[in-house]
Amino acid sequence: MTSVPHALPPFQAFLDEHASSVLAFLRGMVGPQDAEDCLQDTFLAALRAYPRAEPGNLRAWVLTIARRKAIDHHRSRARRATPVADPAEVARAATEDRSVGMGQRDSAIWAAVAELPPAQRAAVVLRFAIDLRYREVGEAMGCSEDAARRSVHEGLKKLRMSAAELKEAA
Amino acid sequence: MTTLLENLAARAADEGLLDVAYARIETPLGEGLVAATKSGLVRVALPNERAEDVLEALSAGISPRVLEWPARLDEARRELDEYFAGRREEFDLRLDWRLSHPGFYRRVLRATARLHFGETATYGDMAARAGSPRAFRAAGSALGSNPIPIVVPCHRVVRSGGDIGNYGGGPEMKRFLLELEGAL
Repeated sequence: MTSVPHALPPFQAFLDEHASSVLAFLRGMVGPQDAEDCLQDTFLAALRAYPRAEPGNLRAWVLTIARRKAIDHHRSRARRATPVADPAEVARAATEDRSVGMGQRDSAIWAAVAELPPAQRAAVVLRFAIDLRYREVGEAMGCSEDAARRSVHEGLKKLRMSAAELKEAA
Repeated sequence: MTTLLENLAARAADEGLLDVAYARIETPLGEGLVAATKSGLVRVALPNERAEDVLEALSAGISPRVLEWPARLDEARRELDEYFAGRREEFDLRLDWRLSHPGFYRRVLRATARLHFGETATYGDMAARAGSPRAFRAAGSALGSNPIPIVVPCHRVVRSGGDIGNYGGGPEMKRFLLELEGAL
C-alpha cells in the first residue's frame, strides 16, 4: 500500500521512534530511578490521546505529555514530603548513560540541572540532552521559540554560577 | 526498556486501549504476522508482505492504536504452529471480519471458511455458494483480498482446469499449503 502523507503511524512505530529520547528527557527531569515509571505513564497517556494527535510533530507532542508527567511526578513527591530527584543520582546516570548526551566531566553541571526551576530545567534538558532546536523546545513546552531560548539562557546562567561556586569550593 | 514496554501493552489492554495487537509468526516459508482486535483475529500476513505496510494498513483501516502484544495472539500462534507442523486440520479461533467488504465478498470468504482440510473447490463453486453462480471472477477478487489467509483457507480454491490459480501469499505458498494438506 502507498502510505498516505500525514497519516498517523501505527502506535508501535511511534513508540519505537521516540521512546529513547523521551526516556533521556525524563531522566533529566525526574532522575533515573523514576524515569522509567514516568516513561510508561507518558506513553499510556499518549496511547489514550493518540487517535486525535497531529501527525505533523509527534515528537514535540509526546515530549509535552512527558513534561506534564514529570511535573505531576514532582507534585506527588512533594506531597509525600520526599526530596526531589537526588542530584547525585542524576549525575551518576548522566555519567553512566551516554544517551543523555553528557560526558563524565559534565556530571557536576548535570547534577546542578536537577536544582533548576522546572521550566528552565525542562528547557535545558530538551535543548542539550536530546538536542532539540529552540523552535522544537518551544513546541514541547507550549511556549514561543523566544521564551524557550530565554528559559535555556536563564538556566545556563544559573548553571555557570553553580560551576563557578564549585570551582571555588574545590 | 523492553520489559517496561511490554508492561505498557498489558496496561493498555487492561484499560481497553489496545485496538490492534499483533505478533510475528514463523511459517515454513519465512516470517509473517498475525493481528487481533478485541473481537478476534483480524489479519494474517504471509511472508511475501512487508510487515511495515501491513501495520500501516491496520493503523489506517482500524485504529492507529496498534501495539506488538503477543499475549492476545497466543492461541492463534499455537494453532498456526500446529497446522504448519501437520498436527492440526481445523482452526478454532474467533474471527473479526471487518477488513473484508460486506456483501458478496464476505459471503465468498465465509463460504471459504467452511472448506475442509485437503478439500478443494473452484472459483465458480465459491461464487455459487455465495449466491451468484456466474460471478466467478468477482469470487477470485474476493479471495485475493482475503485478510485472514490460511485460517480462512482461500488456498483451497483452485482453477477448474487443474491449475492451482493465483494466491495473495504467492504461488509457492499456495503449492506448499496444498501439498501439506495432501490435495496436490
